[in-house]
Amino acid sequence: MTSPGNGLIKAATTPLILVVIVGLLLAFIPLNELILQLLNGLDKGSAYALIALGLTLIFGTLGVVNFAHGALFMIGSFCAVTLSRILSLSYEVIDPERKDFLGNPLKVDVPYVEKWFGEATGAAIIDWAVPLAILFAIPVMIAVGFIMERGLIKHFYKRPHADQILVTFGLAIVLQEIIKALYGANPIPTPAPEVFKGSFDFGVWMGFDANKILYPYWRIVYFLFSAAIIGAVFAFLRFTTFGMVVRAGMADRETVGLLGINIDKRFTMMFGIAAAVAGLAGVMYTPINSPNYHMGMDFLVLSFVVVVVGGMGSLPGAVLAGFMLGILQSFASMNIFKDIIPGIDQIIIYVVAIIILLTRPRGLMGRKGVMEE
Amino acid sequence: MLGLTKKDTTLLIVVAILSMCAPFILNPFPEGSALAQFNAGYPDLMQRFVIFGIFAVGFNLLFGLTGYLSFGHAAFLGVGSYSAVWMFKLLSMNVLPAIILSVIVAGLFSLLIGYVSLRRSGIYFSILTLAFAEMSFRLAYSVLTPLTNGETGLQLALDDPRILDGGGTLTSLPVTNLFGLEMRSTYTLDVAGWSFDFSVGYYLCALILIAAFYLSIRIFRSPFGLMLRAVKSNQQRMMYTGLNPRPYTLAVFVISGMYAGLAGGLMASMDPLAGAERMQWTQSGEVVLMTVLGGVGTLIGPVLGAGFIKYFENIFSKINDTVLHGWFEFLPDGLENLIVTILHPFIGKGWHLTLGIMFMLVVTFLPGGLVDGGKRIGNLLKRKKAPDETVTPNTNPAE
Amino acid sequence: MSKTNFTRRRVLKSGAVAGAALATPTIFTASSVAAFTNEPTGSTVTFGFNVPQTGPYADEGADELRAYELAVEHLNGGGDGGMLSTFSSNALEGTGILGKEVNFVTGDTQTKSDAARASAKSMIEKDGAIMITGGSSSGVAIAVQGLCQEAGVIFMAGLTHSNDTTGKDKKANGFRHFFNGYMSGAALAPVLANRYGTDRKAYHLTADYTWGWTQQESIAASTEAMGWETVNDVRTPLAETDFSAYIAPVLNSGADVLVLNHYGGNMVNSLTNAVQFGLREASANGKNFEIVVPLYSRLMAQGAGANVAGILGSTNWHWTLDRPGTAEFVQSFGQKYGRPPSQAAHTTYCQTILYADAAQRAGSFNPCAIAEALEDFEFSGLGNGDVLYRGADHQCFKDVLVVQGKENPENEFDLLEVVEVTPAAQVTYEPDHPMFAGGSLGECNPGA
Repeated sequence: MTSPGNGLIKAATTPLILVVIVGLLLAFIPLNELILQLLNGLDKGSAYALIALGLTLIFGTLGVVNFAHGALFMIGSFCAVTLSRILSLSYEVIDPERKDFLGNPLKVDVPYVEKWFGEATGAAIIDWAVPLAILFAIPVMIAVGFIMERGLIKHFYKRPHADQILVTFGLAIVLQEIIKALYGANPIPTPAPEVFKGSFDFGVWMGFDANKILYPYWRIVYFLFSAAIIGAVFAFLRFTTFGMVVRAGMADRETVGLLGINIDKRFTMMFGIAAAVAGLAGVMYTPINSPNYHMGMDFLVLSFVVVVVGGMGSLPGAVLAGFMLGILQSFASMNIFKDIIPGIDQIIIYVVAIIILLTRPRGLMGRKGVMEE
Repeated sequence: MLGLTKKDTTLLIVVAILSMCAPFILNPFPEGSALAQFNAGYPDLMQRFVIFGIFAVGFNLLFGLTGYLSFGHAAFLGVGSYSAVWMFKLLSMNVLPAIILSVIVAGLFSLLIGYVSLRRSGIYFSILTLAFAEMSFRLAYSVLTPLTNGETGLQLALDDPRILDGGGTLTSLPVTNLFGLEMRSTYTLDVAGWSFDFSVGYYLCALILIAAFYLSIRIFRSPFGLMLRAVKSNQQRMMYTGLNPRPYTLAVFVISGMYAGLAGGLMASMDPLAGAERMQWTQSGEVVLMTVLGGVGTLIGPVLGAGFIKYFENIFSKINDTVLHGWFEFLPDGLENLIVTILHPFIGKGWHLTLGIMFMLVVTFLPGGLVDGGKRIGNLLKRKKAPDETVTPNTNPAE
Repeated sequence: MSKTNFTRRRVLKSGAVAGAALATPTIFTASSVAAFTNEPTGSTVTFGFNVPQTGPYADEGADELRAYELAVEHLNGGGDGGMLSTFSSNALEGTGILGKEVNFVTGDTQTKSDAARASAKSMIEKDGAIMITGGSSSGVAIAVQGLCQEAGVIFMAGLTHSNDTTGKDKKANGFRHFFNGYMSGAALAPVLANRYGTDRKAYHLTADYTWGWTQQESIAASTEAMGWETVNDVRTPLAETDFSAYIAPVLNSGADVLVLNHYGGNMVNSLTNAVQFGLREASANGKNFEIVVPLYSRLMAQGAGANVAGILGSTNWHWTLDRPGTAEFVQSFGQKYGRPPSQAAHTTYCQTILYADAAQRAGSFNPCAIAEALEDFEFSGLGNGDVLYRGADHQCFKDVLVVQGKENPENEFDLLEVVEVTPAAQVTYEPDHPMFAGGSLGECNPGA
């Protein structure tokens, strides 16, 4: 018999070995660059971890492989875009002084919020659109999740995984085409509030020279935000009765059902929560990269690799793999590694996935018998 | 006939007739009519139907029989194309050596990837194959450019050596041929408004499809095929009886990889260019979609699925607002504009949307794919014609 | 199959279809008497507009399509005639081409060379297109150009900026109006030296595929000639969306200029990331840190938002340029679509008009006659001033614009301002310049 802790130690050996290898190579790299790439990795990793966490929540509870999860992330971003557009809803004032591109008098848009709350307050509200969109996105995403689960996914619980993949893939295409029809294919810049512009100098804080380790405020915010969400999801599952029932249901759905608990209802709610997690990851991501309609697909394959490397159905595995792959990807982008193996930054994620799956059959923390059929 | 049961022979003959008469079947609308837009009987698209049919038939051998879902089959297609184009560049414009080499190279490549990936099963297998294919794609796009010509794709050049053809400097690019028979030569038959294209390239592809289809029936019905089904239904029980499933799965993985390589080689033979995006995961996903859409594990399903998707990609994407206005010209202006506005999101640049909706509908309502749909319609008709006839059990003995 | 001796004769004899095909070896054509591929016999002539309608360049493709439709309208005598009124050649009369009404078909390249070729093939084989045009990436343009050469139709390239399109991959049936990487470098370098001094250290981030490489090579060569030093060149994966890992080390590298050899989504994201990391406000080596984006477009500037302010780059054309034709074109386009045309729209409009004009002057749709009419053709009034379509490599030579992101845009389209118009002479190179050497035009192919 092994104690539960043993599994965790076992699961941690592979990344530990990798970290040691990377550490040895890093002996040739200045410490400040190392720290910088580590920060980058944590930042990248937090996006991966958040998406993978949502995917695993859906898979672990409902047993559904959701290819539309990337689309949920994308819809989250567009919640931010939409809110910023709603806040900037304007009426037109004709300014005879200035001209538009055809030489006619320019119509100047004045946002209603500026009219109602005064120019300064109005401008501040628009400036804070992205953080405000968190409040906007939570109900929207939960609703989207509910509609998806009740309207479509529900009918696919007993169908083969291939059918689930196909139908959710079809859904992902439909969702992104709708967004494209509404917002166009070009990226839409959605900046962070003015106060988060600029970078924090970690170097000075840690005793290096100035300008050695600069990191943008908003990316630090993103990392902290992700950590908070991940913590909240774990705490929710760990310390609430609801979470306990869900965890029990994940382990043995039938028995929980026999105990007279309506597990389906709870699972539906978990789908809503997972959608909200993906959506929030998307909302906060908008200032980092201008959102476009295909950003979900860009993340989709990657997030599946993360989930599988973490081990199907394991929440801690998904988070661990997310951060690990993010960090490794950051390091691989350095020329010192690219000189040794050309193109390593293109393929690092896949190389790591192959190595881990060959050394650990079910990923870092996967359970036996899950998705091995 | 040919070692097939009566039912299978009928199926093979149907496929043969369909593929031989495709130029007629796919061009049902007279040239110049409003519906001519829906004609698919031009050489390039017919070739694509058949080539992707071969690709999907091969994929179905692996997925349909063993249940192993590979997400990396596009890599073999791509490798096949690259080898074929290199053959055109170095050796000769004859398609035969090119196709042979592409099958061999894809076979070797799939042996390598299959040997590693088949150590795992389920989704872990899928991700391993996906990882290999994405690696191939990304390297082909960037680092391996000297070998693949990166973004543009590997093309013929005027100063290629072409040892057997004498090489030398030409003034125009040579064309692919089979012992002098040019792949692109086309005979056009004009009959009273209709126009039918008979392309040499298409008929070569079609003959190969029939051969590939025949081989796939034989594999389905062979003891080897039975063994593969055993892998799908219960691998553990199979192992308890003392059989090692690995050699069987690896063999079928390589066979289906060679099918993909054959398809890649044919693609390059019809149009001598090999692009890196042929190896991208979306391409691997496409063959999964084709197979599932048509009907996994059925013989004819993958071919139908391939045709369905390629038809959408090539026909729907070309319908634009001007074409729509042309169709509905006879209506009053307001109504015409209304209909065009309603249809606008689904055509032209919106063809992805239509495709996505079609996927969802087919998967939701026809779990067994198009073949399942066909069967249901067949049953419905049968029941109407002969309501009191009981369903006769299948009398064909299993071989 | 039983053992057969496959001699050529046997194969030729086998099959009536094959025999018939050989008897009338018509390639891509409906009638064996045609003098060239898809010779228009009726009262109409068909163009194939092959643009990205799905994928990351879909908006650019949509703008190209708008321009094409406008050009067709003008060719057929509709609308206000646009640049036809300022075009130096007066051959076109607004009655179609050679009395034939212009029709068009559209297709989706998906920005993939395979899909683009499939789409172009269907236009040629099914719809009888006499000319193919469009595209928003060099890989696609080169692949389709190769196809058109084989099929015997003319290819009028859309937005393609790689040196290779009219360099090592040039084809006799292909023509490019758009400028290229070398011209960007040659136009930008003097402005950069002027603004930022000759003692600068540049750090390049380069999209890791052919276009990125040729662009990087061109910019590095022309800035180094001005005295700049190239500190580092880092290749970034095409699929990358978050460039933080590549940008974070830049400030530490000793460089004081960052050159982003990116286009499309790559450029929008890398520039956004660079600004986030505070590079625009930073200083290095006692100088202000600068960012340069060699190939600019207004659509991309829209995607990057306020981040483009003050950043230099080059462009083929801009709607604020003060040259004959520009105002007419902007007016015509703006009236119809409610927005000014992008440079992609401009170059595709010009290409359509130039093709039509060449056919009119040649008196034939034969690709070889058109090629002859286009080669070494000098014209003006299409918004760029005096332009030469050089016969040696089928590349247009014209003034190149150096532009800068505007600090205080007046409206949503007013994102770039022209800071310098580099004269054509300064960006002209010999056809056998090392960056363009290696290929040959071959002979024009009329098909049949």
